[in-house]
Amino acid sequence: MSNPVTAAVLFAAPILVAVLFWLLGWRERRVAGDAAAPSFVERNGRLVATYLFVAVAFWALFMIVWPLLYMVDYSFHRKLPPSRRGGPDDVYTLENYWYFVYGSTRVFTSYNWVHINAFWQTIAVSVVVTVANFALCYPLAYYMAQVARPGRLRVLLLLLIVPYWVNEILRAFAFMVLFGTGGTINKILLALGLISAPIDFIGQNVALYAGLTYAYLLLMVFPLYNAIESLDHNQIEAARDLGAPWWHIHLFVVMPFAKPGIASGCTLVFMLSAGALAAPLVLGGPKTLWFTPIVYDRFYQAFNWQQGSAYAIILLLTCVVFVMLMMRLFKVSLSEITR
Amino acid sequence: MSADVELDRVTIRFGHFTAVKTASLKIAGGEFFSLLGPSGCGKTTLLRTISGFLHPSEGSVRIGGEDMRRIEPNKRPTALIFQNLALFPLMTVAENIGYGLRVRGVGRAERKRRAEELLGLVALPDQGHKLVSELSGGQKQRVAIARALAVEPKVLLLDEPLSALDLKLRQHMRTELRAIQKRVGITFIYITHDQGEALTMSDRIAVMNHGVIEQVGTGREIYAHPRTPFVAAFVGENNGLPGQIAKVDAASAAIDTPFGTLVGRRGEGAAPGRAGTIFIRPESLRIAAAGETPSLEAELVTTAYEGSATHLFLRADDGRTITMTASNRDLAAVPAPGARIALVHDAAEAIVLATDAERPPA
Repeated sequence: MSNPVTAAVLFAAPILVAVLFWLLGWRERRVAGDAAAPSFVERNGRLVATYLFVAVAFWALFMIVWPLLYMVDYSFHRKLPPSRRGGPDDVYTLENYWYFVYGSTRVFTSYNWVHINAFWQTIAVSVVVTVANFALCYPLAYYMAQVARPGRLRVLLLLLIVPYWVNEILRAFAFMVLFGTGGTINKILLALGLISAPIDFIGQNVALYAGLTYAYLLLMVFPLYNAIESLDHNQIEAARDLGAPWWHIHLFVVMPFAKPGIASGCTLVFMLSAGALAAPLVLGGPKTLWFTPIVYDRFYQAFNWQQGSAYAIILLLTCVVFVMLMMRLFKVSLSEITR
Repeated sequence: MSADVELDRVTIRFGHFTAVKTASLKIAGGEFFSLLGPSGCGKTTLLRTISGFLHPSEGSVRIGGEDMRRIEPNKRPTALIFQNLALFPLMTVAENIGYGLRVRGVGRAERKRRAEELLGLVALPDQGHKLVSELSGGQKQRVAIARALAVEPKVLLLDEPLSALDLKLRQHMRTELRAIQKRVGITFIYITHDQGEALTMSDRIAVMNHGVIEQVGTGREIYAHPRTPFVAAFVGENNGLPGQIAKVDAASAAIDTPFGTLVGRRGEGAAPGRAGTIFIRPESLRIAAAGETPSLEAELVTTAYEGSATHLFLRADDGRTITMTASNRDLAAVPAPGARIALVHDAAEAIVLATDAERPPA
């Protein structure tokens, strides 16, 4: 790293976080007072406990916390040739963030509309994709959880899961084949005489939205399925018996009950859509502006890792804040989602 | 306000399994009617058919004279109280009670007023703001009743709602339910496998077995005049002694059993030469006085003291257990276990039923 102090902080921070959490857990056990309960080590044996602790700690620190901290650190630095790193020019700066807003690190007269538009468009389309995904998955999940017989359920699950054995990028290409101007859908529509000229699904972003919706279908279906499955079927019948029409039952009995599942499904789909890279690259039209390819270009076309980091962090923070706001709006707590 | 419910030769099949066979019933408006039977006898199936969640394979259901064919549960004048109550856990007590009204477009203030009124009716005043999870079992029970009554059903259907309560509360709720029914005056159809519940609460009872309604009558009729061996054995305690019917006259029948020839009232299908069973209630047995001809003899195994009465469990010579219940006022001394005891039965309280007969139509 650039200077020894930063490096020390970066190394120490994850360890400090881990120790802090351990202390919190220890305190909670003290306060809860269940002294007779066997400790983690006692329950699992010294060897297994050590392995688990080391494995989880390694995974969490080296795969998640550390890279993220590095990115945060990077984002506040200038891009400098190696010879000048650690020198007097290598100071903390907001330059990379200014670049996102103004398209320049020095001149703040005009805004960087291309990137800002792409950014908000990505967020907006991700919201649309999430809503579409929910609209698609809710009936399916409800059918699987409350209506389907076990045999039918197994077939459905298989039909849902098997396509995901295919690589994500290959699936995106498959959508291109489907939606291309000479693709299957256009051929069918032309053959049926419904259209006279092929529709440019890719240029209109239809292929992209469809591809994104399909890509994270399972991440919506399963949380919904889990939540709805735990609803006592008698409650649905009770509502019906009390005179409720079907939509009322869904809106006021099933959905409030499934709210944690809905929240976790929507969060996953929204986060992953906003961060999707393969689908926009493959299915995006020539005019499509998606934010993730821009971030990618910052890293690998402009070779400006510092700026790329800043862009990635802007996307990440915005998504987190947005999800938090939504959760506050719909009165869902974080602990409910992770249940 | 109330409506009569009529089942006309209702048969319900699931695939090859027939859950209810040609059941016909006429339940009068305002009646407290129980369907009594062991689990799996088809009583819940019948209830779900009345409420509209199941449709009869054959026959028809009429409520207030109107054929219910193709009328969905949400359009029927019935309300069902589920065995597990199925209260909405995320709603308050008042919201639960007001749900049916909310569906009907009743305003918030009116819903609140109705909820308070109904909570008063089920003796839970000022509990409307609580969550369902904050209530005890008996309170949840009352909320479920209030929720069902809120939509002003003509018929209230109850699917063993008391089975989850402890004994004391169950007994209390029996009286309570009966009182609520009297107050609102609507038809109650109550499902239970507990004959004590059925006997204490109901105006009339239908006893079901294997999808067939075996007998319909008041509690007294069913207890004193069972028409089938199943009813005799299922409703109340009974000692059934099988044998062959020897001779019958207008009112009584004699049956040859391994214990000798015993005499009882002439029951359904009793005719000389047929296989039959004499059913003798434990309370109509007593210890023979000196010099009296005993009906049967058995060895005392154990006794159970129950305050007002003592139960004597005896083993007959063929290994059969015979139960006798004696009021403690009449029982001078309890014999010691192992003693051989001579018993007499009251022929007017015993009944001889044919067991090889076709099931008589209910």
